Amino acid sequence: MSRDGGPIFLARRAYFQRRMMDAARLLPVLGAGMFVLPLLWKSGEGARTVAVMFYIFLCWVLLIGLGWIVSRRLSPADAPDAPGAGTASEHQVRPSREG
Amino acid sequence: MGALNVIVLVSLLYVALLFCVAFAADRAAARGRGTWLRSPIVYTLSLSIYCTAWTFYGAVGFAARSGLEYLTIYLGPTLVMVGWWWTLRKMVRVGRSQRITSIADLISSRFGKSNALAVFVTVLAVIGTTPYIALQLQSVTISFAAFAAADPTHTGEISETATALWVAVGLVVFTILFGTRNLDANERHHGLVMAIALEAVVKLCALLAVGIFVVWGLAGGVDETLARIDQSAIARWDVPGSRWVGLTLLSAAAFMCLPRMFQVMVVENEDEGHLRTASWAFPTYVMLMSLFVVPIAAVGLDLSPAGANPDLFVLTLPLENGQEGLAVLSFLGGFSSATSMVIVAAIALSTMVSNHVVMPVWLWMSGGSAVISGDVRQVAIRARRLSIGVILFLGYLYFRVSGGGTALAAIGLISFVGVAQFLPALLGGLFWRGANRRGALAGLSVGFAVWMYSLFLPSFGASAVMPQAVLDEGLMGLSWLRPQALFWAAGMDPVVHAFMWSLSLNIVVFVVVSLVSFPQPVERLQGAQFVNVFEHSATSGGWTGGLAQSEDLMIMAQRIMGAKEAQALFAEAAREQGVGGYLPEPTPDFLSRLERSLAGSVGAATAHAMISQIVGGASVSVQDLMAVADETAQIMEYSSQLEMKTEEQARTARQLRQVNEKLTQISVQKDAFLSQISHELRTPMTSIRAFSEILRDGGDMPEAEQRRYASIIHDEAIRLTRLLDDLLDLSVLENAQIVLSLEDGELGPLLDRAAVAAGLTDGGMVMHRDAEADRVRLHTDTDRLAQVFINLMSNARKYCDAEAPRLDIRVAERNGTLVVDFIDNGSGIPTDQQGTIFEKFARVSETKAGGAGLGLAICREIMARLGGGIEYLPGQDGGAFRVYLPMAEGAAAQAAQ
Repeated sequence: MSRDGGPIFLARRAYFQRRMMDAARLLPVLGAGMFVLPLLWKSGEGARTVAVMFYIFLCWVLLIGLGWIVSRRLSPADAPDAPGAGTASEHQVRPSREG
Repeated sequence: MGALNVIVLVSLLYVALLFCVAFAADRAAARGRGTWLRSPIVYTLSLSIYCTAWTFYGAVGFAARSGLEYLTIYLGPTLVMVGWWWTLRKMVRVGRSQRITSIADLISSRFGKSNALAVFVTVLAVIGTTPYIALQLQSVTISFAAFAAADPTHTGEISETATALWVAVGLVVFTILFGTRNLDANERHHGLVMAIALEAVVKLCALLAVGIFVVWGLAGGVDETLARIDQSAIARWDVPGSRWVGLTLLSAAAFMCLPRMFQVMVVENEDEGHLRTASWAFPTYVMLMSLFVVPIAAVGLDLSPAGANPDLFVLTLPLENGQEGLAVLSFLGGFSSATSMVIVAAIALSTMVSNHVVMPVWLWMSGGSAVISGDVRQVAIRARRLSIGVILFLGYLYFRVSGGGTALAAIGLISFVGVAQFLPALLGGLFWRGANRRGALAGLSVGFAVWMYSLFLPSFGASAVMPQAVLDEGLMGLSWLRPQALFWAAGMDPVVHAFMWSLSLNIVVFVVVSLVSFPQPVERLQGAQFVNVFEHSATSGGWTGGLAQSEDLMIMAQRIMGAKEAQALFAEAAREQGVGGYLPEPTPDFLSRLERSLAGSVGAATAHAMISQIVGGASVSVQDLMAVADETAQIMEYSSQLEMKTEEQARTARQLRQVNEKLTQISVQKDAFLSQISHELRTPMTSIRAFSEILRDGGDMPEAEQRRYASIIHDEAIRLTRLLDDLLDLSVLENAQIVLSLEDGELGPLLDRAAVAAGLTDGGMVMHRDAEADRVRLHTDTDRLAQVFINLMSNARKYCDAEAPRLDIRVAERNGTLVVDFIDNGSGIPTDQQGTIFEKFARVSETKAGGAGLGLAICREIMARLGGGIEYLPGQDGGAFRVYLPMAEGAAAQAAQ
């Protein structure tokens, strides 16, 4: 099912909404990448629990921060219909295709 | 007063507070106040039931045993929450649009509202969750025991089983009170959610407080704490990669599949926008929950006596260091973790059990009629309450049987792997329209069996359920069937091993069976609804209400939803249909709406079955839908046939119109012809009559005069004969009655003959011919062709008005066609008459006497009979006619030379 009639190019605001959706999709990928990185560190060469702990928690905070920014951008707080903003942006999501 | 008494008192007070909060929240919600009840923060906090007592106590124990590995349990859910845009958003949307009541309901609803699947998921969920509930009971009892051990005034041995029993009973009461107030499981349990949110705050505060106390109170600061970690047994980072990745994936999968998580995340969800906040707020919560775990573990390992249970460091560290208040807070944190998990899990499971097991059985036992039997509402609520009791009792039983010996985290992970089996069906159902019921059932069965065999049964300990021989040598001595080394995959961690194999096989079977089997119509309908939920959050259709009795439906709905709600629903539907009163027409729209409303109370599968009982006997189901679909297809086919017929009729009408026009024309032509012919016949007849009368009455008339008159009569008679001959000729030609006498001949002599007959040789007109080109062989009716040539030549002779009349005859061959042009140097035929000259009685001018205007008409007919044609050739500086006819094969070859 392809979406017919949708615009090919979007206005700046809708365009950034789309990019925020992309960011929301990519965020867990980034997180997963950051969280498996310590596996590459050799345990003997200074990779102590403390170091890894600091690293993981730092990544965690970073991820939370990014998630916060993305979720804020996805639902503009200044919009008059803030609660409905989520559903308003839903229709721009590309529908999944039938297999 | 001893610490134990304090703890009992504080627990009771705390529970009383929870009761009050829940009660107040319920009241506020009932009065429509308290928008803060629906805030995203409350939603986020309610998600924290993910952090159970296992997390609260067990994480420290986990960390004390294997370092940072405990983090995987939080990293998985963090990734899922941060990636909410992928899955959770869709899950929540589907849950809301389909009024899903549990994960079993979601899976069954997606796969054709199959109750078999719902029952299967329910059973699996109960088996997977029971140990988890036992775990919570255990954590509360051991924390009680820890207090008892530290209480010098308490001498007697505390009975762990009694504690567990009392806690279980208390939880049953609380859950029933606040979890089954309304039947519609899809309605929000505001009181309950509020109480859980409060508990979430308490457990976070408790853990943070203990952490701060340990770091700054016991260890003496951050640097000292880090130093202690470096000196402890967990100083080295040596987590196996498979476990790190495997457990992260496992916890991520479990986070989506756990019945209790589904309950708070999807069923209790108030607003999809809340997910937005929870996407970063929940990771923050779990991050804070895990922040102090390693310091507590390290300091606990350092300070506690050898052999102390690291699971209880959170409690024993403050207790042993004289911080009773902190210990009580810590106890409350653990208590909160345990109770909130048990309450939500019990609600989720009881909804599943009552909707998918008890209600169908009851429906079946009550003779298959939801109308005649008693109050469904009461039955459903009672079923749910009973289920809560049974589930908690099962948990208690498991606790008694297992003896509470195993480490807390182990049971948690086993449970996780069990519920993770829902993942393929869940995600497949949400994202892949090709996923179908058989695939889901097969995948779940295989995954569940592998989990049972490779993890759950061995977890009871060697020889407890599974003989040691099987563990060591595999089932029936087959080494590749060793439970913890399937397909010789030895050397893996048992949990990761079981997770990997059960989920892989689950996915493979699910996909393969889905690929090769054909889904039923309802499955396909629901599949489209689920997968494309963002395009149309509408309803799933499929009811034909022809036979339905609105009144019966109303009676049934009242029993399930309650009289007031049902009446409101019916009245509204009736109003929308423009019908007065309470009984709307049972349109498909109304029926599917009613079904969804009922699904909120009793689950999609049961609601579907109940309506089908009333709407069309018990047989309205997939087959009926199929019939409906067939009917629709037939109607569509019929209408397309109609359309075709309409088109055909239009075509016929057009043809008829054309024929009619032609007939009218012909009629006009006929009239014209008749008047023309009578005129043509009359003119010679008139002169014949006149001159013959003169001859008769003339008496003595000079002979010369008589001869002149007689010759005029003769001429006119000849003219009349010629006219009649022409007419006869034309009519014969037009009716295709002539017989052509085909013969071989050459064009040159034919033209010579025609020129002689047309009188061109008498010197009046110069004729130009190319003798070379004229030598073309013909195979045709030469007499008829000569007739055409004569006609054209005599026309040229008669009508060419040039001073030195001249006729060019050009012969050419084009594409197997012989073309003969007759071009004179006269003034030709005016453009406006060129179209009509081949018609009968058409004459260019009346001034010049001649034939009756039939010559060219006859020529046209002749040429058509000969397979060629004749046309006027404009633009040649004079009258020009072109005659063409197909060449004989031999002639064509000759011409080509």
